[in-house]
Amino acid sequence: MSIRGRFVEGFLGRGAARVGLVLFAAVVLCTLLADVISSRDPVDIDLERALMPPSWDHPFGTDPFGRDVLSRAFHGARLSLGVGFLARTISLMLGLLLGVVAGYFGGRFDSIIMRLADITFAFPTLLLLIAIMAVVSPGLVSLFVTLGVVGWAAMARLVRAQVLSIKEREYVQAARSSGAGHPAIIIRHILPGCISPVLVVYTMGLGMTVMAEASLSFLGLGVQPPDASWGRMISSGIAFMRTAPWLTVFPGLLLTITVCSFNLIGDCLRDALDPRSAPGRRAAQRWR
Amino acid sequence: MLLRFVIKRILLLVPILFGVITVTFLLMYIVPGDPVLTMVGERYDQQTLEEIRHDLGLDKPLIIQYIDYIGRVARFDFGRSFITRRPVAETIRERFPRTLLLAFSAMCLAVVFGIGIGAIAAWGRMPWLGRSLMTFSLIGVSIPVFWLGLLLIYLFAIQLSILPPSGYGGGSLRYLILPALTLSFASMATIARVTRAGFLDVACEQFVRTARAKGLSERAVLGKHMFRNALIPVITIVGTDFGSYLSGSVLTESIFGWPGLGRFIVQAILKRDFPVIQGSVLFMAILFVFVNLVVDVSYGLIDPRVRLQGGRE
Repeated sequence: MSIRGRFVEGFLGRGAARVGLVLFAAVVLCTLLADVISSRDPVDIDLERALMPPSWDHPFGTDPFGRDVLSRAFHGARLSLGVGFLARTISLMLGLLLGVVAGYFGGRFDSIIMRLADITFAFPTLLLLIAIMAVVSPGLVSLFVTLGVVGWAAMARLVRAQVLSIKEREYVQAARSSGAGHPAIIIRHILPGCISPVLVVYTMGLGMTVMAEASLSFLGLGVQPPDASWGRMISSGIAFMRTAPWLTVFPGLLLTITVCSFNLIGDCLRDALDPRSAPGRRAAQRWR
Repeated sequence: MLLRFVIKRILLLVPILFGVITVTFLLMYIVPGDPVLTMVGERYDQQTLEEIRHDLGLDKPLIIQYIDYIGRVARFDFGRSFITRRPVAETIRERFPRTLLLAFSAMCLAVVFGIGIGAIAAWGRMPWLGRSLMTFSLIGVSIPVFWLGLLLIYLFAIQLSILPPSGYGGGSLRYLILPALTLSFASMATIARVTRAGFLDVACEQFVRTARAKGLSERAVLGKHMFRNALIPVITIVGTDFGSYLSGSVLTESIFGWPGLGRFIVQAILKRDFPVIQGSVLFMAILFVFVNLVVDVSYGLIDPRVRLQGGRE
């Protein structure tokens, strides 16, 4: 069987992977069909319909301004997923670039980049995010740039380690002795070897990034009103916990499902790509 | 050997600590607008502005300010609040024990229940139980802590009215239960997963088979041979999580109105009290670095292989 075939089977053969994919597909579908499923505008204020409990008309109820919670939550999914993927991609690019430079060229580059990574790791991640978001001007762009930049270090360390091990392999030596230049060696021989671990870390980080965005928005440091983000919706529902718990319950449920799907997919990807790693061998940073 | 390992770890801290100090120093300089303006508010005249700037040393060149800053940090002077004029270090000293109490209780819950759940799940006599416990722990790692906290408040404080929804209550147990449980949840879930994986890994090892083959009782095999080896990875989790709890469980403390360090920094952010943000972030980061050092060293104590490789990466 081809390597690809074995990977697909190893991945899809896991029940957890299938559950993760279905959950993720459901969330993506909600995102894409947000306007079709709910015809109501997420920012449409209708005070006559304020704080209505869940019903056929409003499956998730309405908020104090009479806005439809379902519609807001589905639009919030767009934002959360968008920010998550964008931020992870920024981390990926930075991590790849710096990791390859550190691992391939070594020497001074290596020690500077790795010391910077050490310093990034010296901060509890959520704290660093909070500190940066507190001093930059709030907004979507600063949100995903901050999330992306803070995530570079883990990616760079991983890529560097991978590059170091690939660099000494025979086929790379062979390419070098047959006169291939650095760019050719990096692109043709080194980067392909980094794909699978990078993919795993990218996916695993997605759940954490979505959670981080929600946490920042919950604290009022992320998405600004009137945009609907899950974290923001949950925090604005606190005042109504007693009378209208649906304001906090539904966005939180969607958030949990999303993070859960990323975790499932990430775990199974890792197990399928690297059978040696036992589940749970990583010490992940989480958000609290 | 061990001593050399410890010294090497401590020496590695020096550049990291400098980096942390530099980052927190620079944080103040990316603040949009003039921090002094934020400090005095709407009513000001040019003279007072200059005076304050001079008092704070903000009129000196950047490099001198940086050196001053390092000097102050070395004397544990983290500046004064813009708003209350109180030294940040004083407030930290007052609030830190509360954060410590919460962190310690949460870690105890997480360790006891996490290892218990993981061990039961690895046991394999009741597959359905193992599977449901693992599903539970998957949800545990995925659930946002602030949402979990709110659900617990809704259930135990609003619906059942058996526990207070928030507050400190002088540190009494009733007030501690919900925040500690909330904070412990994700660690508990991770510890359960790692414990299960550890037991399953160790069960296939040669030395376990040898122990069984030489006729040791199942209890001795479990207690002496499996337990210690299976739990090595758990220590990392306990260490890093405890470190991040100590550095202010920002979200949990905010939800439960727990007057610790985490809530202190959130309040400072809402009021844009920059010296407090800077000082407490620095304190927490330094604390985090030292807790990680302790984890690394204890890891080296338990697992001699780590010492030879020069530390966990």
